[in-house]
Amino acid sequence: MSNKMTGAQAVLECLKREGVDVVFGLPGGVLLPLYDAIYQSDIRHILVRHEQGAAHMADGYARATGNVGVCIATSGPGATNLVTGIANAYMDSVPMVAITGQVNTWLIGKDAFQEADITGITLPITKHNYLLRSAKDISRVFREAFYIARTGRPGPVLIDLPRDVTVDEVEFTWPEVNLPGYHPSVKVHEMQIKKAARALMEAQRPVIYVGGGVKLAGAHKSLFDLATKINAPVTTTLMGIGCFPEDHPLSLGMLGMHGTKYANYAIQESDLILAVGARFDDRVTGKISSFAPHAKIVHIDVDPAEVGKNVRVDIPVVGDAKNALMALEKEVQPKPRSAWNEKIDGWKRDYPLTYIPDMNIIKPQFVIEKLCQLAPDAIITTEVGQNQMWAAQFFVHKDPQKFISSGGLGTMGYGFPAAIGAKIGRPECDVIDIAGDGSFLMNSQELATAVVNDIPVKVAILNNGCLGMVRQWQELFFEKRYSATILGRTSPDFVKLAEAYGAMGLRATKPSEVEPVIRAALATDRPVIMDFIVNPAEKVSPMVPAGATLSEILELEWCEEGHISHLEKVYADARKAIFGEEGY
Amino acid sequence: MRHTIAVIVENKSGVLTRIAGLFSRRSFNIDSLSVGATDNPDYSRMTITVEGDKDVLEQVIKQLSKLINVIRVSELVPSESVERELAVIKVTADKDTRGEIMQIANIFRAKVIDVSARSMIIEVTGDEEKINAIVQLLRQFGIKEMARTGKVSMVRGTRVIKA
Ligand SMILES: Cc1ncc(C[n+]2csc(CCOP(=O)(O)OP(=O)(O)O)c2C)c(N)n1
Ligand SMILES: [Mg+2]
Repeated sequence: MSNKMTGAQAVLECLKREGVDVVFGLPGGVLLPLYDAIYQSDIRHILVRHEQGAAHMADGYARATGNVGVCIATSGPGATNLVTGIANAYMDSVPMVAITGQVNTWLIGKDAFQEADITGITLPITKHNYLLRSAKDISRVFREAFYIARTGRPGPVLIDLPRDVTVDEVEFTWPEVNLPGYHPSVKVHEMQIKKAARALMEAQRPVIYVGGGVKLAGAHKSLFDLATKINAPVTTTLMGIGCFPEDHPLSLGMLGMHGTKYANYAIQESDLILAVGARFDDRVTGKISSFAPHAKIVHIDVDPAEVGKNVRVDIPVVGDAKNALMALEKEVQPKPRSAWNEKIDGWKRDYPLTYIPDMNIIKPQFVIEKLCQLAPDAIITTEVGQNQMWAAQFFVHKDPQKFISSGGLGTMGYGFPAAIGAKIGRPECDVIDIAGDGSFLMNSQELATAVVNDIPVKVAILNNGCLGMVRQWQELFFEKRYSATILGRTSPDFVKLAEAYGAMGLRATKPSEVEPVIRAALATDRPVIMDFIVNPAEKVSPMVPAGATLSEILELEWCEEGHISHLEKVYADARKAIFGEEGY
Repeated sequence: MRHTIAVIVENKSGVLTRIAGLFSRRSFNIDSLSVGATDNPDYSRMTITVEGDKDVLEQVIKQLSKLINVIRVSELVPSESVERELAVIKVTADKDTRGEIMQIANIFRAKVIDVSARSMIIEVTGDEEKINAIVQLLRQFGIKEMARTGKVSMVRGTRVIKA
């Protein structure tokens, strides 16, 4: 029996065999043959309004489900529009396959219409990439791409697909993966586990420091078993949020620049840090030379290159986090609560995460608390900035696949398309993008995608009228010179914007309106934008200033006397300049 | 500190770019790089000299190993390996200096591979120091042009570095 088909049909056959049921993309000239094959297949294709949205949707889908996300863009500008999304997935180790159209093979290198050297452009932001030159390589390359994307330390793989390759006929085969240069380390070294276990048993003041690798390895249960068996406190990075239930007495919440005081104090006083799937990022460690000065460091990571990259490691354990944590848990003896636990509980009592509630003006933290109260099991995605930090701090996270945020790249505009992707992957969950007024506009065009495809995601905009996180730094370190950070709140009117797209728009301007707005948003099965007019002067606190030691964490005065009215006046002046009146 | 590493890579297009890109992106300093065939046509071998301390070397090796097209990365300790580089040097030479230049070449077991009225080309093979030494001596006559291959290196004895 002959298995002859076109290259485009072969691509779809590969996607089917890899278990792909949804792809996110937008067509173009060189992709006509591929899109014709998509039209005739039963794969679900979500048409986006900007290719960056497709990449973030594939990313959000991957994080919410653990499957490889797939996005498609045409040659030239379509492909370059994917770049931010690919870089974002690379920094956060998200399994993704990006398919780009390319000009005909005989035109490559001739500056043909809509040609871009996308394999060259994405070289430093992909785990691997391919330029397909022949239809007979399609199945091998797709199989390798999916294998590389999801194994070891996951990451994005790009396949550049010239037009003629999709038209040529090919006999379909399904060759086994054979990559002589790729051997992801999975098994852990028994000797190293024994050493790590001994160090954990001998430690008086251990802290488990958990990163996104625990999520990717599905190791959160093993983490829980280990931590509770030896009563070791657990702190997570932004990427590790949800890997350990934050309502558990051993949870220290997040560490680092905007982490809890008690997590940072614990790290600095610790005598043993067990780092799991974390990479000692500068936002986490503060001044690296004085990070955890008394601690021995055990580092479990699937990527050998992460071990010893930023800090010296005493006991390296290379391998899969789940295997490692399971082996460690077997190796250690139960340990009772200790003076260390008491000390930490004292810090937790003395320095809780708080904010000053207000009767008249909506506090952004209050919105997050209400969301958490009314939708405790929702998948939360975030934009970037203050909104992201408050979402990390004030929502009580318990599920590793339910906090989805751009950690490594810090991409404004990530959260909304990621929410759409997550909702498609997990339709049974409420999905809420906790957004900033600045970030949301960076991919708000995807409202059309959500409405047209009936994907009822909810967006909670913490509308502070400014690029808040940058404004915060200007307030603290640049004497309140608000250079290019004032947005002004009314342009656009987010409620009207939602309505223009056919979504629901709701606004809360007073604290008492917050709960009804959230309830209304959750009650409808339409996409909703909630526009929360929040205190413009609020700052994210506590804070370790850049380059300072973690223990130098400051409790920021929530906002200075008169500063709200000052900012409101700045906004009002801006409004007047635009509209000649006060707006709403 | 300088370190020499041998990198066995798949013989595919774009592999050199991946390696060069990795070095520049991670701010690793390459002193020299040479690429050529191995006995297996599917693989090429690169010899790279990098500048940096032990931690840098460790990162270089680990990061290179992560590239899918890289099959194997090994450090070559100078005391345990043989190192060779080839240089061709065009020296200013006339009938007065030609004899002296040939003498120098002889001492270094270098070859004269081209002679003209006002120049000659010397070919020399050896380790880096030897080549530096002859270059130093030839300078007095005037070096018009020089091309060096960058070094290749191999472990002494029975140990092999192969795919
Ligand atoms: C694409 C992109 N551009 C710029 C930045 C720098 N940046 C980080 S936070 C921030 C402000 C974000 O404003 P907004 O979305 O309103 O969030 P807020 O901090 O006010 O909650 C900016 C500009 C970024 N992270 N991403
Ligand atoms: Mg804002």
